[in-house]
Amino acid sequence: MTIKEIQDSIVEEFSMFDDWMDRYAMLIEMGKECPIIDPQYRNDNYLINGCQSRVWLHAEKRDGKIYFTADSDAVITKGIINLLIKVFSGQTPADILAADMSFLDEIGLKEHLSPTRSNGLLSMVKQMMLYAEVMNG
Amino acid sequence: MSNFNINDIRKQFPVLDQQVYGKPLVYFDNAATTQKPLCVIERERDYYLHENCNIHRGVHYLSQMATEAYENARKTVAQFINARQAQEIVFTRGTTESLNLLATSLGQLLVNEGDKVVVSAMEHHSNMVPWQQFLDRINRIEADRINRMDNLLVIRMDKNGVLDLNHYEELLKQRPKIVSIAHISNTLGTVNPIKEMIAMAHKYNIPVVIDGAQSMAHQVIDVQDLDCDFYVFSGHKMYAPMGIGGLYGKMEWLEKMPPYQFGGEMVDTVSFEKTTFNKVPFKFEAGTPNVGAALGLETAVKFIQSFDRQEVEAYEDELLRYATEKLSSIEGMHFIGQAPKRNGLISFVIDGIHPYDLGTIIDKMGVAVRTGHHCAEPVMTFFGIPGTVRASFAMYNTKEEIDIFVKAVNRAATMLR
Repeated sequence: MTIKEIQDSIVEEFSMFDDWMDRYAMLIEMGKECPIIDPQYRNDNYLINGCQSRVWLHAEKRDGKIYFTADSDAVITKGIINLLIKVFSGQTPADILAADMSFLDEIGLKEHLSPTRSNGLLSMVKQMMLYAEVMNG
Repeated sequence: MSNFNINDIRKQFPVLDQQVYGKPLVYFDNAATTQKPLCVIERERDYYLHENCNIHRGVHYLSQMATEAYENARKTVAQFINARQAQEIVFTRGTTESLNLLATSLGQLLVNEGDKVVVSAMEHHSNMVPWQQFLDRINRIEADRINRMDNLLVIRMDKNGVLDLNHYEELLKQRPKIVSIAHISNTLGTVNPIKEMIAMAHKYNIPVVIDGAQSMAHQVIDVQDLDCDFYVFSGHKMYAPMGIGGLYGKMEWLEKMPPYQFGGEMVDTVSFEKTTFNKVPFKFEAGTPNVGAALGLETAVKFIQSFDRQEVEAYEDELLRYATEKLSSIEGMHFIGQAPKRNGLISFVIDGIHPYDLGTIIDKMGVAVRTGHHCAEPVMTFFGIPGTVRASFAMYNTKEEIDIFVKAVNRAATMLR
């Protein structure tokens, strides 16, 4: 699936819920399903700063595509990083760099995913883009 | 006759009467900042509507009125904490600025290369980093040096969040130049035995700075009875506006201390060759002060004084006891800070749940608490946790709000497990 197709399906999944609790429950579920980073990379070199909880992110390139793994000590944060992993993992660096992130506004967690929250969402996206830039070409 | 009526009090805080995410707001983040009563808001507004003027310099009517009002505010604050004279109160932007002033000015007066300063293991960053940086500067220590504890001595605490006074005595024997400790811990709620600790330091002729940020709204402060050398506080944590706070200092210290910032107001005579400085407290108040906020602070003090202080303290203690009892029933609950004498706040973690997750979920239920390290990272390191959830109370909180809070924590814990 393309990045856009994955984003659309995530938006559709979230739009099934009217209640904020269900949306958070889904984010928590996504946190529990996050592809977990190899313990050897769960160190300060892979730490993303910028949030109250800690997030570790690792990327590797196979057959021209980037695959991400991550972990966090907070499950909602882990849900957010997994949301991004679902969108970006298995995509080419060029596609990742060209991605439009406006889908985040549409999943009904805006107050939570807004850049003013100290959840590190922006830092996470930035870090993924950075990996894509380094691995491009 | 008691005038402590919770419904009447809440009416004076319009901000409390609102819904967030469609739920009634429960505001338990009072240790970060308290809400402001109408009388305080109106006082500051009135100042800008009718009295605004720069002070201490104009010969005209408004300036004289504003100057008088500002100096009266100083008197009110001095009397509130039983200072000997109004001139012992320096207005600052708050606790942080007061402590930076002391680290710079008292530091310059007393501390030389190799000298030591004592803080405690439970300090807010504001009562640690200014001393640490000052000591690094005079000892020319590079910022990235690992072992920099040589000059900053830290009083140990136990697992309950109680300071080890034997260790404190040992540190005093090393003849530090200054002791600076919190009256009440902002993370643990511990009420430190400061009167005893001040007397211990004075046996060695060491001056003591007390960080009163968390105590002014909750406890009766008598600086003469405590015999502290300095007592610092923030207005916004005691129902006053933001941007105003104070520093009480014994006159004999304030007179000896060099100025902290330079500019208008704090000077006596100025030429390009030499400047002499104004008298205490003006030599520490460079530039135009926040007059409107100072008048708001005065009104906040009068607001607090309009109640029987013992009654308010007993009410707040009961809130703390009730919250502790109710939270205890939650599975996996661990209170961080279990000193016998606590005040104003409760800090906790729940097994398997990150404080950030819990805070995020209960926010959606209308409950405002603080999560994280509360600007006291060394305290979190000591307890081996990433942070806590902290609920902190003010006189306008109620048991009904605690019930909503505990229910929210329970629901969030179920979701997150």
